[in-house]
Amino acid sequence: MSYLPYALAVWIFVVGLYGIITSRNLIHLVVCLTLTQSSTYVLLLAIGYVKGATAPVFADVSVGTRAVDPVVQALTLTDIVVSVTVAALLLALAIQVQKRNGTLDPDALTEMSG
Amino acid sequence: MDVLVPLPVAIPLISAAALTAFGHFLGKRVDDVVALAASTATMVVSLLLVFHASDHRLAYWFGGWRARHGLALGVSFTVDPVAAGFAALAATLMTASLVFSWRYFDEVGTLFHVLMLVFLAGMCGFALSGDLFNMFVWFELMGAAAYALTGYRVEERGPLQGAINFAVTNTLGAYCVLIGIALFYGRTGALNLAQIGDTLAGKKPDGLVVVAFALVTCGFLVKGAIVPFHFWLADAHAVAPTPVCVLFSGAMVELGLYGVARVYWTTLDGVPGAHSGRLTDLLLGLGVASAVVGAVMCFLQRHLKRLLAYSTISHAGLILIGIALLTPSAFAGSAAIVLAHGLLKGGLFLCVGIVLNRLSSVDELVLHGRGRALWPTGTLFVLAAVALAAPAPFGLFLGKSLLEESATHEGYPWLAPLVTVVTIVSVAAILRAAGRVFLGLGPRHDALLSPEPDEEQEVERDPRRSGVLMLAPTAALILAGVGLSLVPGLERHLEHAGDTFQDRHSYVATVLQGRIEHTAVDSLSMLKLAPASVVWSVISLGGAFALAAFALYRDRLVPERARRRAYGWTSGGLDVLRSVHSGVIGDYVAWLTFGVAALGGLLALILT
Repeated sequence: MSYLPYALAVWIFVVGLYGIITSRNLIHLVVCLTLTQSSTYVLLLAIGYVKGATAPVFADVSVGTRAVDPVVQALTLTDIVVSVTVAALLLALAIQVQKRNGTLDPDALTEMSG
Repeated sequence: MDVLVPLPVAIPLISAAALTAFGHFLGKRVDDVVALAASTATMVVSLLLVFHASDHRLAYWFGGWRARHGLALGVSFTVDPVAAGFAALAATLMTASLVFSWRYFDEVGTLFHVLMLVFLAGMCGFALSGDLFNMFVWFELMGAAAYALTGYRVEERGPLQGAINFAVTNTLGAYCVLIGIALFYGRTGALNLAQIGDTLAGKKPDGLVVVAFALVTCGFLVKGAIVPFHFWLADAHAVAPTPVCVLFSGAMVELGLYGVARVYWTTLDGVPGAHSGRLTDLLLGLGVASAVVGAVMCFLQRHLKRLLAYSTISHAGLILIGIALLTPSAFAGSAAIVLAHGLLKGGLFLCVGIVLNRLSSVDELVLHGRGRALWPTGTLFVLAAVALAAPAPFGLFLGKSLLEESATHEGYPWLAPLVTVVTIVSVAAILRAAGRVFLGLGPRHDALLSPEPDEEQEVERDPRRSGVLMLAPTAALILAGVGLSLVPGLERHLEHAGDTFQDRHSYVATVLQGRIEHTAVDSLSMLKLAPASVVWSVISLGGAFALAAFALYRDRLVPERARRRAYGWTSGGLDVLRSVHSGVIGDYVAWLTFGVAALGGLLALILT
């Protein structure tokens, strides 16, 4: 078993976090959040991967054919749906921020300090 | 009675879908009626489930995909009194807020009702679910609805920033949960909580399981607003419409802590070493830090909604302390605090809503003395604050006394005085605000309190509007919260619920083997008043009034030189604390990253 996909998932997650922490633009921040999320896709698919197996579509294959785990793929799909909702919402909020404040820099928003 | 189990999510979701489709063609009042009917029905069904589940745990399999030969195939809802109780609490608060909203908003679109119902469904689903991934989905549904509700007044600056901070931090928390779930699945091949626990039981935990548990815990603690994951909470509460804050403070935050407890007792309970005192110490540390930071920040606020929000962080710390002690009795204490705090804090937020509606401000100093005409609201506000101080036998007394007795019994005798001090500080802040707003006590200026930007209005002021529909749900919540401890047999039932919650063997038997295990609770017994708890409750109530009076009249009571010196000692620390709560999303995420790394490292040291 290769550890590469797991290392990749950790790397993407950390890079995304770094992007969010240092971001000076809300659109960039939302993209970084989506990036962080994509580490979970890599992780989920790596967990379900079986070497030399086919896709989990059981038409026209003989009984006993090895297939990768369909459960994690279903989880990934659900995960995508959930995060698209949040990303869309955040982007809509970012547009409103630009309209109200004339800037997309999160550090320029100071309504909430204290 | 299985047919009732999916209804707490089905009723609000179907009503929300119907309102989305047809709501625009119907009037606002029709929307109000549909939403209120759905929420009330959810409340009734959840309460029925509490009564059914108090006898035996229910497992419901969606689509009839029952567990076969001890293997879970489908997705289950597993109902015990704690789970159903959470759904009932959420639905009760939702019903009260919808009644309150009836007259509160001038213009509120159909979408408000739809979002509220989806939010309710998310909370009920999260509480009832017996499947880890299913919990994540409800968690995200609850989150997405909550972010949208926070930013509902999208044309203003504050709500935008509050909603963004809330959404980004909580979404990252959800990703932590998801990674943890993926790792659990990778190790056990299961998503059902009972199945995961059954697979892990009896084996020394390996690194993967520890990381998985740490990530799931951190993710849920973000929602639970535990230090250092708590920053989003005050921002979200300050800007969300007041009826929404009722749900945030009363149910959503507590559900995060419930998630931690549920995952711990279903998955790690059978794992050797997981019951160590060091795990208790770690969670206690987090709980104590949240309780203290929340109380101090609460005392520094003049924005009434922020003040109540920090008080919620303080109470979340107390609830985590009850979970951390790992005993059924302390858990029962936490459950009692969740119930009483949810009702009382909900009532307090509704009081603030009435003040905002009538006086167009939520700033303690601006409102100085202007609340005199609102004496019914003021009376309720003070009553709720007093009940939060847990005077025997009202309000939070039952939960606090269970917690303190259990802590002393487990060898943490310092917890009772600490809880008392924290309570004094956070309640004194609320009483101080009440004194200023409703009685005009104390000076109009206070250098201690954090400055606030000019605020924007949530609702148009309209004195002709009848206040009865706003006052009635407020009074109902507060009176229920005050009298909760007096319900006959509640203490015994809560302890029984704590026992059931922590009994992994009977959980697995019900879910995987389909066995129904009846447990009986002895009949109605009245609340026992332990002398030590009564003494602490008297101290906390007296202390809270004394501290509030001191905060209002310290200029007269203390000579100026002593005041300056005290200011010099404390201002440095308080300024650091204030500047940490910067309102900048990058800082919050940095704290979150630090928290996950630190907590993960400590858990790895403890569990392996």
